[in-house]
Amino acid sequence: MANLKSIKKRIVSVKNTRQITKAMKMVSAAKLRRAQENVVAARPYAAKLAEVLERLAKSQDTDASPLMVKRDGGRALLMVVTSDRGLCGGFNANLCKAAERFLRERKGDFSEVSLMTLGRKGYEFLRNRHQVRKNHGNIFSTLSYQTASLIAAEVIEGYLAEEYDEVYIIFNAFKSVMTQDITIQQLLPVVPQDSGEEEVQTQYIYEPSKGALLDELLPKHIDVQIFKALLESVASEHGARMTAMDSASKNATEMIGKLTLIYNRARQAAITTELMEIISGAESIKG
Amino acid sequence: MAEKLKVELVTPYKKVLSEEVDEITATGALGEFGVLPGHAPFLTSLKIGELAYKQDGVLHHLALNWGYFEVENDKVTVLVETAERSDEIDLERAKAAMSRAETQLKSLAPEDKSFRVYEAALERALIRVQVAGKAKR
Repeated sequence: MANLKSIKKRIVSVKNTRQITKAMKMVSAAKLRRAQENVVAARPYAAKLAEVLERLAKSQDTDASPLMVKRDGGRALLMVVTSDRGLCGGFNANLCKAAERFLRERKGDFSEVSLMTLGRKGYEFLRNRHQVRKNHGNIFSTLSYQTASLIAAEVIEGYLAEEYDEVYIIFNAFKSVMTQDITIQQLLPVVPQDSGEEEVQTQYIYEPSKGALLDELLPKHIDVQIFKALLESVASEHGARMTAMDSASKNATEMIGKLTLIYNRARQAAITTELMEIISGAESIKG
Repeated sequence: MAEKLKVELVTPYKKVLSEEVDEITATGALGEFGVLPGHAPFLTSLKIGELAYKQDGVLHHLALNWGYFEVENDKVTVLVETAERSDEIDLERAKAAMSRAETQLKSLAPEDKSFRVYEAALERALIRVQVAGKAKR
């Protein structure tokens, strides 16, 4: 029966798909562990730097550095961090939608918006709808602090040349394997975080000087923030892909079960018809 | 002497050091300096250079890239982009990087944009070779 053969073929093809999704899940799980370690390792550095920056900024006028001065131009740059590869559920689509929502909501505040995309998927999604200034693709496979530092240098250069007045970054923050938190963060001008606690005024010796130190620390702060966003995004991507591939494997297993049932029923029906034919044939000879 | 300095050295990749030491010296923006327990609160940026600390009478050396150094209440916090212990340094690689940077510098004029980059690379390589040499002694 031709039908039997086609069902068998489908079972084999679904089985192949399941094999691939299973393998991808394993790969993502391994990569996720490494990415997670990186995120955890980068945290103390970022936290310490923010702490120092806060202390320095408090004892200094806010217009001490051009990177901290608020400008009224209203031209914004939004950095969108997505992945280079797909097959990770709603990871990229959700982020792009959130980016668009952000732009819609803040429309009144910005006179002009340009985008910088980090990751191929975001670029492909957004390039037709918005003005994309630059895309950095292919940075995630060889992600290092240097990569982040180069991107930061480019952003700062544009900022100082007054090509834009505010810089935001939107990325998937890693919360757990199953959940990603879409986070929008203001990068420039730098607003030092306020931990709220009253500083004990210690008299520091500054070398060379407070202003010079601040000027050196601020670009580093941007570096670290971008680096952290990229790391978190990578960890989230692998988490998202792992869950997506896990459910794909489950669906494939379920489908194989259903198809096997249909196949067996069809086979049984074929056998029954054949038997009936033989019996009726024998009956007719007897009679 | 009961008093010690608590040192934490952090890079974006990992915590390199978290130890109690007797003495620490490093290269700051205005030159080399040393810190002993009981130092006044102090904040400085670090240049590409060497960081040495003494623990139980033994000197340890590290090669540092750009960084920042803070002392407060005998607690030392060092943030650097890269830090390598003297025994971790790949001497061959550092030497290769040094000669590469040197040849590049020869072909470039000081006005070139990449001149600074190679100059920094040369500096880093030099420090690495220097620090690695100290480990052997």
